[in-house]
Amino acid sequence: MDLLYTPSQTHFREEVRAWLAAHVPAKKLASFDTAEGFEQHRQWEKTLAAGNWGMVTWPKEYGGRGCDLIEWLIFEEEYYRAGAPLRVNQNGIFLLGPTLMEYGTDAQKERFITAMASGEEIWAQAWSEPNAGSDMAAIRCRADRDGDEFVINGQKIWSTRAVFADYAFGLFRTDPESSRHHGLSFILVPLDSPGVTVRPIEQLNGLPGFAEIFFDNVRVSDFNLLGGENQGWQIAMSTAGFERGLMLRSPARFQQASRKLVELYRKRRNDILDLSIEDSVVRCYMDAEAYALSTYQTASRLVAGGHIGAESSCNKIFWSELDIRIHETALSLLGARAEVEPETVEDHAELGTWLDGFLFSQSGPIYAGTNEIQRNIIAERMLGMPRK
Amino acid sequence: MDFTFTDDQLAFRDSVQSMLENEVTTTSIRERWTSDSGENADMLAMLNEMGMSSLLVPESCGGLGMDLVDFVLLAEACGKAALPESIVEDAVVAGGLLADLLQLGTNTDQVQELLGAVAVGEARVGCAHIINPYSNFAQQKDWMLLANGNDVHLVPRSELKFTALKSVDPSRRLQKIDWTPSRKTRVADGEVGAGLQRATLNRGALAAAAQLLGLAQAMVQQAVDYASTREQFGKAIGTNQAVKHLMADCAVQIEFAKPAVYRAAYTVGVAPQRADWAVSHAKTAAGAAAELSARNATQVHGAMGYTWECDLHIWVKRAWALAKEWGDAGFHKNRIHEWLLQPNALLGPEFTFGKRYIDNSDSAAA
Repeated sequence: MDLLYTPSQTHFREEVRAWLAAHVPAKKLASFDTAEGFEQHRQWEKTLAAGNWGMVTWPKEYGGRGCDLIEWLIFEEEYYRAGAPLRVNQNGIFLLGPTLMEYGTDAQKERFITAMASGEEIWAQAWSEPNAGSDMAAIRCRADRDGDEFVINGQKIWSTRAVFADYAFGLFRTDPESSRHHGLSFILVPLDSPGVTVRPIEQLNGLPGFAEIFFDNVRVSDFNLLGGENQGWQIAMSTAGFERGLMLRSPARFQQASRKLVELYRKRRNDILDLSIEDSVVRCYMDAEAYALSTYQTASRLVAGGHIGAESSCNKIFWSELDIRIHETALSLLGARAEVEPETVEDHAELGTWLDGFLFSQSGPIYAGTNEIQRNIIAERMLGMPRK
Repeated sequence: MDFTFTDDQLAFRDSVQSMLENEVTTTSIRERWTSDSGENADMLAMLNEMGMSSLLVPESCGGLGMDLVDFVLLAEACGKAALPESIVEDAVVAGGLLADLLQLGTNTDQVQELLGAVAVGEARVGCAHIINPYSNFAQQKDWMLLANGNDVHLVPRSELKFTALKSVDPSRRLQKIDWTPSRKTRVADGEVGAGLQRATLNRGALAAAAQLLGLAQAMVQQAVDYASTREQFGKAIGTNQAVKHLMADCAVQIEFAKPAVYRAAYTVGVAPQRADWAVSHAKTAAGAAAELSARNATQVHGAMGYTWECDLHIWVKRAWALAKEWGDAGFHKNRIHEWLLQPNALLGPEFTFGKRYIDNSDSAAA
């Protein structure tokens, strides 16, 4: 155990910090769930890609830097420290990217990763259906093979970023006789294909962050099939699962939020009557730190050639509940001013983005498998409790 | 940056753990409850043989000269076994303070000789601290390290008067110690003494935190086993989500307390001057995980969980005691709170690890 950074890790941090200082836009971008903001964020992805900072863990030939997971964590720490824009292509770079690396053919990697890295193609995800939410194996949306094409019919819902995105990836039923998790395939679909209808759904903040997608005889080349036909479930559940989880919600995000919470608390503490706030602030800071420690521990193990254990299923519960607590505490510190949309008042510095973050935090325990489902997984797979 | 244990460290943990699993049966623990000393002499001999007493003793005194990162997994294993003997506190807290004294060069001959005797199991030294009103198994120690104001004293048993108290945990043997400080027994004073006591508190809290981690895991395991076999309505009660989720909640807290405890072990060894925050985090997180596990494991056992006969309370009561010994949640959260309020505290993701964290160069220039 050696909890010091190596000189090269420290040097890497300095390099990231310097680049971000020179490139992060001074003015906050509009939300990527607006048409204007989406394009601003696409430009930012292009800026990142131009400096080879788009996805530092990717190999150099795909615009990355071949970094290991520890360097990835350092990059994220600096990224959040710099207040850099959110990643509009997170479905692509954090979820699909690693899966493509593992299961894609060279031609697929060449075709999709390059455009993903450069920000030319922004990705949406298309897992859930109206009757396949927590129970994803109930997927019915069909993709019938016709020569070297698939013909897709059906519906997806809660597709994040689908309103403005260029492509969606998801699971489709390619064997009409199959049931449950058999007979599903992992397919990449251009959202400008004839027969695709995207109907935006407004989220809690009033912006169309996700959408329904309707497929009416949508023809997709079988070049876009990732992995084997009818093998989609295994790919979706693949061992890359954790790494993807680690990349999607790296601890720096919560550490940065809890640092800001402490700053807000320092300013407001003498006006606060609720004594439990002090405890909440301490706990938030501690838990954000614990999430970082746990992530570094896992990353160290992976870098040393080890494997992810079932205990990683605890992560999602921990960070999503922490995120809610951080924002609840911040709103408590703001008191009656907390409900005000910051852009509608002149003096909004202290209001920051707490309200926005609070709204978003409500989704954490729901998406990517509800926390109730996660608790079942922990009880059954990690602790070995009986299914029936 | 490497937050892993070595294969040797893990193998040592495994061998200590399997010895404890075989030897520390619940029957043998219950036998201790009715014996005079509350200790098992064979167990003390076995622990010595495995190196538990010599591991942290400096090589110059005949010990193995290993560090707290080597020891923390063993402490966790002792908690898992609900080991009644106070080997963890003796080795980490008393041993740590003696090693500090050796390094300071005070009473070198006496301290060196004593550490040598500890390493071979010929002397037993305990350590009390003002934060704890009573001292566990103090009467069985040949020497006690005691505080009087800033002063630290090393006092032979013959000069101590003990009053026994009963703990809710029948495995513990609490004693109130009365003694008269004298020049003769004083081994440190002033700022030096105060510093030693601060370090002692951190080592004690770390020792408790590591054991709490082990206790928590053992309680969850017992509740999971019980829920997997106990049937109601024609099926195992563990098939019910309400029961599963009680256990999953414990598992989440335990998983995120672990790295906090391991980081604290590293920090106490490498940067003791910066250890307060790491130790307080570890003790708070491990204490909360153990208390929740105690509560939920009892609940899962139903009426059996409320009986003297069911073995679960061996672990539950230890968790209740250790969660409050060496600083309760209030004490440790307060230390974290004070640190968070320091205007120059280094907060944020870039300071979780690294030289700045270690070096104590508290400048806001980042």
